[in-house]
Amino acid sequence: MRIIVLMKQVPDMEKVKFDREKGVIDRKSAGTEINPFDLNALEAAVQIKETRGAEVVAVCMGPPSAEVALKEAISRGADRGILLSDRKFGGSDVKATAYTLAAGIKAIGEYDLVFAGIQTVDGDTGQVGAEVAQFLDIPHIYFVEKIVEANEESVTVVTDIWDGVYVKKMKLPGLVTVTKDINSPRLPAFKDKMKSRKAVIPAWGMDELAEFLDETETGRKGSATMVKKIEVPKAVHRKGLLWRDNMDTALNEFMDILVDKKVIEVE
Amino acid sequence: MKNYSGVMVFVEQKNKEIHRVSYELLGKARELADQINEEVVCCLCGPSEIDANELIYRGADKVFHVQDEEIFGNPEVMTYVENIVKIIEEKKPEICLFGATSFGRSIAPRVAATLKCGLTADCTGLAIDEEDMKLVQIRPAFSENILAHIKSQYLPQMATVRYKEFDEAKRDESKTGEIINFSSVKIKNNPIEVLEEITEEVFNITDARVVVSAGKGLKSPEDFKMIEELAAVLGGVVGSSRPLVEDGFISKAHQVGYSGNRVKPNLYIACGISGAPQHQAGMKEADMILAINSDPSAPIFNIADYGIVGDIYEIVPQMIEKIKNKKA
Repeated sequence: MRIIVLMKQVPDMEKVKFDREKGVIDRKSAGTEINPFDLNALEAAVQIKETRGAEVVAVCMGPPSAEVALKEAISRGADRGILLSDRKFGGSDVKATAYTLAAGIKAIGEYDLVFAGIQTVDGDTGQVGAEVAQFLDIPHIYFVEKIVEANEESVTVVTDIWDGVYVKKMKLPGLVTVTKDINSPRLPAFKDKMKSRKAVIPAWGMDELAEFLDETETGRKGSATMVKKIEVPKAVHRKGLLWRDNMDTALNEFMDILVDKKVIEVE
Repeated sequence: MKNYSGVMVFVEQKNKEIHRVSYELLGKARELADQINEEVVCCLCGPSEIDANELIYRGADKVFHVQDEEIFGNPEVMTYVENIVKIIEEKKPEICLFGATSFGRSIAPRVAATLKCGLTADCTGLAIDEEDMKLVQIRPAFSENILAHIKSQYLPQMATVRYKEFDEAKRDESKTGEIINFSSVKIKNNPIEVLEEITEEVFNITDARVVVSAGKGLKSPEDFKMIEELAAVLGGVVGSSRPLVEDGFISKAHQVGYSGNRVKPNLYIACGISGAPQHQAGMKEADMILAINSDPSAPIFNIADYGIVGDIYEIVPQMIEKIKNKKA
């Protein structure tokens, strides 16, 4: 069984700064990390590997420096990592990104399952997974919070969708995106961390993917949407009447507000 | 003549009941269609019993009703995608809107990839650019820190739109329009089988008028009783920050935040919640916010209209008493 895990390197959201005047994201203001939801996807793949044996291949599209994300994936249980990297991939929107990732997966060869996080914390779209599935012509299930069973033929999962919780069975190959509830990703062991540093990460660009990738379908050229403007809105700030002492007075005043705003109906 | 025309709304239904986001989309679609002088059309996939007239009363000029008594009874993505794609290919709308519900976000990307058009996720604003009459799609990204203005380069211009962002279209029974029925396309050897719906408690936090939430200031799961009581006397429901859901204090249906539910109640009371950006993403748009926290430097106070610095174990019970007295 071969499981592919899609990953993205994202800025550390706790630290990244935004320039309101210029309307830009200062990516240099923060370090990078693996998109948190992708760690859940990787953990789900590694758990299947542990119970029934599988090869786990992590795939990341990004600049050459994104190699570190794939090394981290190896330290967390992936067998190998493949970086999709080429200047011509730059500026890809959802469609072009999904198309390029699908080409990378095709170039790997046979596979049974593709895992991805439900969304990235920078792009926030949650659309790439399903588009990859469409480009690969395989089915997908979103919002998976539990894997009931996985084998070579099919996967049975619990998914939170349509204002309900459903059990779905999907014939493989297929793609699954996972929520944070599916598991708690383990930290890598020290020896695995050390070992992963030596891992060789192949980088595939236009040349390596030529058989599966049309230059006009990737990068800025292959994108169907364009970002015209970025706005950095002011942080919400409310006037904030703060009561610090005399709780009884505070509560009485707040009661009057509730009555005034008709939250409490008084006869 | 233009090849593509009209603003199409994908109408989401479950058990023959139309999701309210569809009415919100109809309101916005009418506004956009009037600006570009085009029609509002709906794509409704569901049993014949659903009254498509309701969509006409809410402003649609035409409803394309793909009728099937069975296949639309499950959130089965492949089936929906196949049928929606067929309608879009035939009717060629210029703009296509889906609710950014879990289901909408699961089908729309697949529809877009099939049609090789763009798709903008989870929009909170939509407008027509008066220069080229194209759709400007506005959406938050970077965990809600920025707003991106996006335009599509291909047709249809497609977007998913956040629930509770726009007002519902007003209902007017005197409105007229056309309902056109279509037969459904069934997928042979569907690779996905929906085995069952696990029925869990029917609880919907997003529609509540009042939400009383607890955070790490709550010491044990039993203490949710006082939070529940405060919510009950205010006619509201109980919410929670992420850590308490992770610790198993309360089910995920109650979680408010970036990876939980987004709520917009008339009143939001945050009890013992520090107010991390992830939590704020789920509640900052409430009409009125009261924060109760023993730490005066808690970030929640920056976005609260009213704040009480104190112990929730003292304040919440007192507040319950005072509300009861007021109402008595």
